[in-house]
Amino acid sequence: MIDMQGVTKKYPNGVTALSGVDVTIKQGEFVYIVGPSGAGKSTFIKLIYREEKPTGGTVMVGGMNTATLKQRSIPALRRKVGVVFQDFKLLPLLNVYENVAFALEVIEEEPAVIRKRVMEVLDLVGLKHKARMLPTELSGGEQQRIAIARSIVNNPKVVIADEPTGNLDPDTSWDIMRLFETINKRGTTIVMATHNKDIVNKIRRRVIAIENGRIVRDEQRGDYGYEA
Amino acid sequence: MNSGVITVMKPRTFRRHFRESFKNLRRNGWMTFAAVSAVTVTLLLTGIFLVIMLNLNKIGTDIEKDVEVRVHVKLDLTEADKEQLRAQIENLPEVENVEYSSKEQELQNIIKDMGSDFTLFEQSNPLYDVFIVKTARPQDTPDAARKIEQFAQTETAIYGEEKVENLFSFMKTARNVGIVLVAGLLFTAMFLISNTIKITIFARRKEIEIMKLVGATNWFIRWPFLLEGLWIGLLGSIIPVTAVAVGYYYAEQALSAKLAAHFVEFIGYIPLVVPVTVLMLAIAVFIGIWGSFISVRRFLNV
Ligand SMILES: Nc1ncnc2c1ncn2[C@@H]1O[C@H](COP(=O)(O)OP(=O)(O)O)[C@@H](O)[C@H]1O
Ligand SMILES: [Mg+2]
Repeated sequence: MIDMQGVTKKYPNGVTALSGVDVTIKQGEFVYIVGPSGAGKSTFIKLIYREEKPTGGTVMVGGMNTATLKQRSIPALRRKVGVVFQDFKLLPLLNVYENVAFALEVIEEEPAVIRKRVMEVLDLVGLKHKARMLPTELSGGEQQRIAIARSIVNNPKVVIADEPTGNLDPDTSWDIMRLFETINKRGTTIVMATHNKDIVNKIRRRVIAIENGRIVRDEQRGDYGYEA
Repeated sequence: MNSGVITVMKPRTFRRHFRESFKNLRRNGWMTFAAVSAVTVTLLLTGIFLVIMLNLNKIGTDIEKDVEVRVHVKLDLTEADKEQLRAQIENLPEVENVEYSSKEQELQNIIKDMGSDFTLFEQSNPLYDVFIVKTARPQDTPDAARKIEQFAQTETAIYGEEKVENLFSFMKTARNVGIVLVAGLLFTAMFLISNTIKITIFARRKEIEIMKLVGATNWFIRWPFLLEGLWIGLLGSIIPVTAVAVGYYYAEQALSAKLAAHFVEFIGYIPLVVPVTVLMLAIAVFIGIWGSFISVRRFLNV
C-alpha cells in the first residue's frame, strides 16, 4: 500500500526533515508514527498525500510514485487517500451534511451516490441526527467525527491522520480512536502521527518512532516508548 | 489509474461553477463594482475611439476617391494654346475627364462659398483659368499632376494632396494616442479584475485547500474564478455596448445630413455597430478571463 525506500526530505530552507527512511505499510495495517516534536512526523504524513515531494528516494502510494507524479495526476492520488488533521479543517458556513458531501461534489460524484454515501458515513460516525447543524454548534470531538466522515466518504484505501486527538480531551480522544479502529476493521489502512502515550500503550499496534528525521524503532504491537 | 482525472464538464458541474462564480461576485461587492467600472470606462473610451477612427478613415477614403488635379493655366495664353493644353491632358493615359472653368467662373464659385466680401475681386480678378482633371484611379492623381506640370502652358498643377494627407497624418497621431490610452486603460481594468479575483481566492482559501485535499481537479478549482472574471468583463460591457448602439444611431442621423453636402458619408449603422460591438465584447471577455487567469496562476497554485 505504502512503500518508502531511501526517502530523504530536505526543505528549501536547508532543514533535513527526513533521511534514509525505509518503510513498507501493507493494506489493512494500523500504524502509529511517534517521536518528539520536530522529528519529522508531519513531513512523513505529507509525503504520503503528496503535499510534499521527497528530495531523494521513492514514495509509492497505491501504485503511484509521488516523487514523479505529475501535477495533474495529484487528484487521482488524493482520491485514494483520506486525510485528517488536528484542526479538523471544516467549512464553517456549511452544515454537517454539506461538509461531508462537499468532498464528493468537488470530484463530481453523482448526486444520488452522494446522498447515499454521506448518510452512510454520518451513520458510521454517529452524527446522522445532527446532519443539519453547523460545525460551530458541535463539540470538538463531534467536529473531528465530521472530518473523519469526510475523509472516508470516498472509500479511500488509506486514511492518514496528523495528531487527530491533539485538540481533544482524553475521553473524547478514546471515542475518536474507537472510530479509527472501526474504520480499520473494515479494511482501511490507518497511518496516524500522535503524541498520545496512553492511547499508543493501550491500543497496541505497529509503532514507528522517528527521531531527527530517522526511523529509530519499528515494532509490531509496540509501545509509545517516551515519557509523555 | 496513473493518468490525471480527466473530465468532460457535466451540465451539473457547469451549473455549480456558474453558481459559485456569482456567489463570489456578490461576496466582494465593492471590488466587483470597482472592476466592473474600470471595464466600463475602458470599453466606453475604446468604443468611442473606434467609432471616430473608423469614420475618419471612411471619410478620408471618400475624399481620396474624389481627388482631382486643378491645372492653373498660364495667364497670357490664347484660346488655341488652351485648346492644345486640353488635348495634351486628355491624351495622358491616366486621365478620364477634363473640365474647363474660366477664372470668372472660379470667382463666382468662391463668392458662392465664402460670401459677398469677395465681390470686390470682380474689378481685378486674381485667379487663373483652370482645367479640372480627374483620373480613372485615385492613386494615379499625383502622377498625372506631375506630367501636366511639365507642359509649357501649365502654371501649376495642384491636387487635393494636402487635404487628404493632413487628414491621414492627423488620424495617425490620433490613432497612436488612442492606442496608448486604451492600452493603459485595458491594463488598469485587467489589474483590477485580477485583484478582485485575488481577494476571492483569499476569501475562499480554506475551501480551495479542502478541494485540493479531497482530489478536485485543477480545472474544477479554476473554473469559478475564470467565470467570475468573465462576468466582470461582460457586466462592464453593458453600458459601453448600449452607448455605442444608441449614440451612433443619433449621431449618424444628426451629422450625415450635413456631411452629405460634401460628398462624404458616415459608415452605415449596422456595418459600424455590429463589428464595434463584437470587438468590445471580445475585449471584455479577454480582459475578464485574462485578468482572472493572472491571479489564478499566481495564487491558486494549481
Ligand atoms: N515547510 C517547511 N519548511 C521548512 N522546514 C520545515 C517545514 N515543515 C517542517 N519543517 C522542519 O522540518 C522538521 C520536521 O518537522 P515536522 O515534520 O513538522 O515534525 P513533527 O511533525 O514531527 O513535529 C522541523 O525541523 C521543522 O522545522
Ligand atoms: Mg507535526
